[in-house]
Amino acid sequence: MNFFPDVRLHVVSGKGGTGKTTVAAAMAVALSREGRKVLLVEVEARQGLAPLFGHAPLPYTETRLARTEGGGEIYGLAVDPELALIEYLEMFYKLGRAGRLLRRMGAIDFVTTVAPGLRDVLLTGKVKESVIRRAGDRHAYDAVVLDAPPTGRIVRFLGATDEVGHMAKVGPIAKQSEAVMTLLRSKQTAVHLVTLLEEMPVQETVDGVAEIRAAGLPFGAVVINKVREPQLGKADLTKARKGRLDLDSISAALATVGLDADPGAVKVLAEEAREHAERVALQVTERLDLEALQVPLIELPQLTGEVDLGTLHQLADALVPE
Amino acid sequence: MSTPRRRLDLDAVVDGRRIVVCCGSGGVGKTTTAAALALRAAERGRRVVVVTIDPARRLAQSMGLTELDNTPRRVAQAGADGGELHAMMLDMKRTFDEIVVAHADPARAEQILTNPFYVSLSSSLAGTQEYMAMEKLGQLHASGEWDLIVVDTPPTRSALDFLDAPQRLTGFLDGRFIKLMLAPAKAGGRAYLKVMNVGISTFTGVLTRITGTSLLTDLREFFAAFESLFGGFRERAQLTYDLLKDPNTAFVVVAAPDPAALREASYFIERLSAEDMPLAGVVINRVHRSAAPQLSAERSIAAAEVLEERAGNATAVGVLRMHADRAALSARERTVITAFTSGRPGVPVAEIEAMATDVHDLDGLRRVGENLATYPAA
Repeated sequence: MNFFPDVRLHVVSGKGGTGKTTVAAAMAVALSREGRKVLLVEVEARQGLAPLFGHAPLPYTETRLARTEGGGEIYGLAVDPELALIEYLEMFYKLGRAGRLLRRMGAIDFVTTVAPGLRDVLLTGKVKESVIRRAGDRHAYDAVVLDAPPTGRIVRFLGATDEVGHMAKVGPIAKQSEAVMTLLRSKQTAVHLVTLLEEMPVQETVDGVAEIRAAGLPFGAVVINKVREPQLGKADLTKARKGRLDLDSISAALATVGLDADPGAVKVLAEEAREHAERVALQVTERLDLEALQVPLIELPQLTGEVDLGTLHQLADALVPE
Repeated sequence: MSTPRRRLDLDAVVDGRRIVVCCGSGGVGKTTTAAALALRAAERGRRVVVVTIDPARRLAQSMGLTELDNTPRRVAQAGADGGELHAMMLDMKRTFDEIVVAHADPARAEQILTNPFYVSLSSSLAGTQEYMAMEKLGQLHASGEWDLIVVDTPPTRSALDFLDAPQRLTGFLDGRFIKLMLAPAKAGGRAYLKVMNVGISTFTGVLTRITGTSLLTDLREFFAAFESLFGGFRERAQLTYDLLKDPNTAFVVVAAPDPAALREASYFIERLSAEDMPLAGVVINRVHRSAAPQLSAERSIAAAEVLEERAGNATAVGVLRMHADRAALSARERTVITAFTSGRPGVPVAEIEAMATDVHDLDGLRRVGENLATYPAA
């Protein structure tokens, strides 16, 4: 596996609408090859992962979503903050009755809803637990992929623990948050951003990379999703943009293959070609902005239709070429 | 295509309502839609303010917003017939601070503003944004200065969490947790431990074990200082809730024509209807339409293949393939939109056509507004 070989926690973020959930799932598929066991985690209660694998909504237990060739396995987990808190309390403090007491007192509601930032602490804490968990003499999972909150929120999400750690200063919460931040800032973690070759997602990616670096988090790669190859040659693109395509010769060519060459229709096609050329030109400048970041860029093709395991494998191939 | 569906009349919304709340998942063009609706209202003669959360830089610049300063700024060259457009970016920390200052005496306000727990809660912890957006909405409404207030919401599911705020605050404030947190402060320092019953000392003991003593102290101080504000908070949350439920308010759910975004839109619709909130309808943004629908993707590809075989005009081959891509995309989008609207026959829908480049100036916003008003296109 030559996809960030030292990394065990892949955090996948990106602007909304760029397809970060699909990319996270494809990354899990790629990482599961060669007989590896991968955990795919979602934290926003959207249940976005299960449908990609044709699976029913995920409970708060690690559930196998797919097997891949060579004995690889992908597990999915939808982290629920309230259950994560109770689990956390029981694991670290052997609370038992006292945990139930906290719940009756409304403390759990407080932590998970009234002070919503603490939610992020619990979620990242659960992710850390799954990364370091052992099964015998090896890690329970070879890699963990986190379908994380969007770029605008990612640094705050990952840093929530740090924030609470500062508040707590000493004691178990402080110790726990230190451990989470140590993992997140280590070489075992990589934060990837998914983007499209469009203005707003690229701008957000450029800002996001700077923020992630400033927060001392290790950056992984920019994944450019849904890349479409131009359908026209360079010269034709230039002509199309300037409205100088030779409509008569296009008309004539269409007529030879039995397409009704009514001049109105050809004009419409030329207008579509102009918009296509505009978009291609925009993509070229957007790509330059991404190249200037000097981080690994990975391109994924635009695929049509609903995403399923087959599509995820295609994307995994593009993500980690053989 | 033949499914009968109700058309969302957005001109009626921007002309008649007092508040428009745009919600939806990220990346669907929510901020752009909010700005376009506000601009349209201003050009139809209303005095409008649009509150945005985190606008794309160039969109913000197009409206003259250069900083997050929590003050509505007039947008130049926008508005007609006496209408004006003002825009502001929400500064959540400042909004929070303002509430504290307005509702606590100076000494207490100072105590709250410097409490480490408060500092984190107000400036960096997620979730506060939603509450502050609604708080700002309440303030703007109370000022009586605006014919129409358009609010953009954060791009998460939790954007609608503020709908629960009144019940949640009430449950929380009437609960024992808060009373316990406040107990020591009232009992005067540490002496309380002696007088409390076993249940409570177990409870505090557990909290101390989990949090360490300093966090607990900060939390206690925070709650103690905040106590006088809580009642006010609950009242304000209830007022905002009533305001949102008012028939003069309209919720507009923004989506994109793909299955994931429409699933999220369904979630928002269900959430709003569960609370009896006034849903105006759904805006489906960036819909691709082919202006040559008679030439299907299949026919176009077939023609391109034949032409290619005959080594015919390469430009024509490229144009046909380009058109086939677009026609296929348009057909796929139509399928998911139809599935969505058939499942919700009562929900009015409007569409915005995809544009070749991003919208980042007033003219672009105007085009989006016209697009919405004139939907469905002939």
